[in-house]
Amino acid sequence: MSSLPHYLLLSAMLFAIGLAGTLTRRNAIMMLIGIELMLNAANLNFIAFWRFSEHPEALTGVMFVIFSIGIAAAEAAVGLALIIAIYRHYKTTNLDEVRGLKG
Amino acid sequence: MTPSFTILAFLILASALAAMSLRNLVHCALCLVVTFAGIAGLFLQLNAEFVGFAQILVYVGAVMILIVFAILLTRGAEPAAPAAFTHSTWIGVALAVVAFLTIAGAVVTSVGPTPLAAAAPDVSVRAIGVKLMHDHVLPLEAIGLLLTAAMIGAVIVAMEEKRK
Repeated sequence: MSSLPHYLLLSAMLFAIGLAGTLTRRNAIMMLIGIELMLNAANLNFIAFWRFSEHPEALTGVMFVIFSIGIAAAEAAVGLALIIAIYRHYKTTNLDEVRGLKG
Repeated sequence: MTPSFTILAFLILASALAAMSLRNLVHCALCLVVTFAGIAGLFLQLNAEFVGFAQILVYVGAVMILIVFAILLTRGAEPAAPAAFTHSTWIGVALAVVAFLTIAGAVVTSVGPTPLAAAAPDVSVRAIGVKLMHDHVLPLEAIGLLLTAAMIGAVIVAMEEKRK
């Protein structure tokens, strides 16, 4: 089995890829995908730290990730609903063209 | 590094890069499926079976369906305009590289080679369920409330706007 730093470095790379995508893509859906990647990187960190901890029988990391997955699901549902509402109003998902605060 | 970790890590990073850089949004969504499945594989490798299967159910199942629906409903499948490498693109990439170097530096300098816990811990669904129902009842109820509120909110937000 690989050691803890391998998992942490992999998760850091995944986080950086998600961050780069969120910062560079102008499509709202792509930004949401980048955020999902960053959340997944955090989940991977939780599980890796839990597995290599002194007391894995406490299941702390597993609990954290279960709740984190639930919150990510809620976030994705609301985020995509917002994107569909924005698209209906502005006929675009390019965030550079969405400028008005007032409907 | 074991071969299975190397293969999974390569698969995850390659598909994540593809998901963030391809022009066609449907292709991005398909690459994202591979990323999520690879992360689920890593969870299984780390003896977190329940979390791995929850990852497949929630991410590969539910979240990806939502994203594909959003892409098709917003006509994101149509070929996008040619990539414009503006100033802000490079700033974003540079920021991400800086973030990675910061985290990697912290990891390399602080975490020594930790010995693996001797035996695989007991992560049966029964143990998780007992834990959820004893120590984490309040967060469990809170997340139930949050999911209900998110579902109602999503339906209301996506509902047809009233024309005045």
